[in-house]
Amino acid sequence: MLKSPAPISLIQRGTGFVHDLMPITALGGTEARIDAFDHVTIAENDGLALASVAARTGHEKPCHATLKKLLGAVPGPGKAVLHDPEAGFWMGPDQWMIGAPRDTHELLADQLTTLFGETASVTEQSGAWVCFDVTGPAMQDLCERLCAVPIRRMEAGDAQRTMIHQLGCFVIRRQDADHIRILGPRASAGSLHHALITAAHSTA
Amino acid sequence: MIIDHPLLGPRDSAEFTYMGDARLIDRPDPDAETAAQDFYEYGYLRDNPAGWHDELWFHEAGDRSWLVVTRNTLTHEISKVQLARDVARSRGRSK
Repeated sequence: MLKSPAPISLIQRGTGFVHDLMPITALGGTEARIDAFDHVTIAENDGLALASVAARTGHEKPCHATLKKLLGAVPGPGKAVLHDPEAGFWMGPDQWMIGAPRDTHELLADQLTTLFGETASVTEQSGAWVCFDVTGPAMQDLCERLCAVPIRRMEAGDAQRTMIHQLGCFVIRRQDADHIRILGPRASAGSLHHALITAAHSTA
Repeated sequence: MIIDHPLLGPRDSAEFTYMGDARLIDRPDPDAETAAQDFYEYGYLRDNPAGWHDELWFHEAGDRSWLVVTRNTLTHEISKVQLARDVARSRGRSK
């Protein structure tokens, strides 16, 4: 039973009460966290909408056609297509992750479900991942301490899944030569951030 | 040990998890008269060959695909690596 006064989580709107909910980032802040060092910057990226697309058996061709229309190309194994506003990378055989700015594509999964129709299964992924953008001259040194991807051999548009701090993460080499994007499990955002900061200190 | 992934190229075996004998792909027909015996054998009985062995490996820290790896249990030499779904489909399985 609700007793007056109303709990502080409720605020009055007109004649009713609504929950006073504050959006928080994966690390729990009200703003995305930025850790800037001289040699490298680790920035939590809170502005990403994500959805996965898995081609259904027998519908691979029309699914590929839709992907090509959306991104300009179908990302092959280990590759990303850094297209604007939607970008995508290969996750596994006939599976891709699509990302877009959250401001304009908050309902990305719904939009993709309509777009792909019966040809693919689409799953909302925005709430499952934390995204960090690592930039700066020591990015490659930091990446080498973090995980086993061959960062110096990777080119812009290469995307690999690997283990970082016991967590399955995606490492995507972006257009700028000193920029990688790391997607990790959102429920372990704090642990991944800890690993990144530790690697940043060890490369200072 | 390096596993030459058919899509991603050579990967360290630490990225993979061993998931058992590749004959697990051949699930018995549950409607067969001998189904009880078939599933008993499928569930519990394995060969333990000293030599070439078809194995299921899961690329857990990679693209999450299942592979059939033909490995020599005496030397760890790997002669063939295939996507498990291709192997299953070639045997008439659709899923």
